[in-house]
Parts: sequence; structure tokens; C-alpha cells
Amino acid sequence: MDLLRLYDSEMTSRLLLGTARYPSPAILEQAVRASAADIVTVALRREAAQLRAGQGFWSLVRSLGVRVLPNTAGCHSVKEAMTTAHMARELFDTRWIKLEVIGEDDTLQPDVFGLLEAARLLVQEEFQVLPYCTEDLVVAERLISAGCRVLMPWGAPIGSGRGLNNVFGLRALRAHFPGVPLIVDAGIGTPSHAAAALELGFDAVLINTAVAQARDPVAMARAFSLAVQAGRTAYLAGTIPARDMAAPSTPVIGQAFLP
Amino acid sequence: MRIQLNGAWRDLAALAQDARAAQGATAAQCTASPTLAAMLRLWGYGSSTVATAVNGEFVPARKRDEIQLHDGDRVEVLAPMQGG
Repeated sequence: MDLLRLYDSEMTSRLLLGTARYPSPAILEQAVRASAADIVTVALRREAAQLRAGQGFWSLVRSLGVRVLPNTAGCHSVKEAMTTAHMARELFDTRWIKLEVIGEDDTLQPDVFGLLEAARLLVQEEFQVLPYCTEDLVVAERLISAGCRVLMPWGAPIGSGRGLNNVFGLRALRAHFPGVPLIVDAGIGTPSHAAAALELGFDAVLINTAVAQARDPVAMARAFSLAVQAGRTAYLAGTIPARDMAAPSTPVIGQAFLP
Repeated sequence: MRIQLNGAWRDLAALAQDARAAQGATAAQCTASPTLAAMLRLWGYGSSTVATAVNGEFVPARKRDEIQLHDGDRVEVLAPMQGG
């Protein structure tokens, strides 16, 4: 069976779904089910004692029977990310952390220096780190050396919906680290982008805005699920190399002479 | 004594008044270096699933009884929330 292996866990689905920006909790719930995702991402935010917003959300997520991947979204420093990771480990009872250390506010691109430092420290504390990174090969190598067993390179800036901005770079990343699970995180806008990522050999994709902000998030969740399955199946089937000139698909041998 | 809760300053003397009425706590309990656990109860978090930090440092749930708060401390109380 073709399973996605992340650290010591194996998953059937290659679609990870974010839980933010849905029109309502009910639609979030339906979208998660329609996506068939095994993993959803969650965050930590300030809780007002009277509103108890987080408590309702948490009971909804627990009812879905999926695994949670907490993030350190919004953290701009190593210290912030570390403290958030510690809080997430207790709150969600998991060693997994999607490590984000943001370096630039317009593109939300990672501060790869802070990311590497935080990753190294968290691995020492026995976290299983899934770092949100770029397609930079040297950074990827350092993150793996620091003990990261999964990488989450961006496709494009978070929420931009631009798809795979640097296909060449992503292909190089895939080729350099054939044994490392790679999840394209951020920037995917359409199911065809997701399929393209899987066709390139990426192990999974993480989608949030493209589903949550679609006109019909539940239908879009299903579309992404199908696209990811199609892309993965195509990758395993082996795609043909592209070429510049035509190559007739219908045999020319035996063609009638009809002048 | 003032303590910051999730970015907003809270005056403990005023809080103690309400708490005495609501929970029978004494003013002394509320104002003399209360523990984080006591303050969470006072602020109404009760049995909520939350994670805590004081002055930027994570405080595990099992340590909340030991950590005493002082004037000017910054407390963060976080809960699960939607995220990508």
C-alpha cells in the first residue's frame, strides 16, 4: 500500500488541510471529511475566558478523528517559536510541530537562519520538526543535518494561490533528497497545482486558503483530494519526458497510400 | 499590583473585589503574589484546555501551582485555534 510516512506515523492521505478561514465551523467540519485528510493543521491563540472560542474549536477538531499538526504561525523570532512549540506540545499532546519562523511580512517567507536555529533546539528536545522552508538546497541540507526528517517547502507565498512559483527549484529539491518526505506547503491555489506537485514527486501538499475561501469549500476539498490522488498515481505510473517536436501517436507503418 | 493577561493590564485589587463576591476568596489570596493556577481560576479559565506562559517562558500545567506572579508580570493564556 502506498502510504505517506512522516516520522513514525503512516498516513493514507497525501492531502493535509489547514483549519483557518472557513465560513463556519460546520463547513470546516464538512470540508475536512470531504478532503479525506488524515492530518489537519492547528494553531494557538489567546483565549478569552468568557468567550472560550478555542474550547469549541478544539472539541470540533477532536470529533473529526484526525491527527493534528500544530504550527508556530506568526512567530518572528526563535524565542517566540520555541515557546509556542512548548505550549503546543502540551496542549495538543504531540511531538509534531510545523515550525514557522517568519522573516518578511509581505511574502511571509521564512527566516531560514532563525528556522534552522529553532529546528536544532527543538530536535534536541525531542520534537519532530516539520519546518516551513523555501526550496533552497543548502538550507534544506542544514535542516536535515539538524535532525528534521520532513521538509515543507513553499510553492508560493502563503495564501497567494500562485501555485508552484519555482518548478525548477522544487524539482531540484526533490532530486537532491530522494528519501526525505517533502510536503509543498503554502501558495497552492487550484487542484491542478496540487496535482502538479505530486506529479513532480512531492509526497504531499498542505492546503488551507484555496479550500477555505473557495465559493464551495466542501466541493473544493473533494476536488483537491481527487487531484492529489491523480497526481500521486501519475507520479508512480511514470510521466513521459517533455519534448520540443511532435511525435506521432498513431503508427505510421501500414498507413495507406492515397495520393 | 498589576498583571498583564493576554496583552491587557489587569488590576488585581479590583479583581479581588469581584472574586470575593463571586468565589469567597480573600483579598490577601488575590493580591499577595498569587500563583498562576489561582489567577487562572480567578480569571475564569476553570477547566479550559489552555497552555500558559509567563514573561515569554512556557509554564507547564503541572507547574502552575508553583509559579507565583508579581507586579508587572505578563501572562499569556493560549488555546487551540484555527491555523494553516
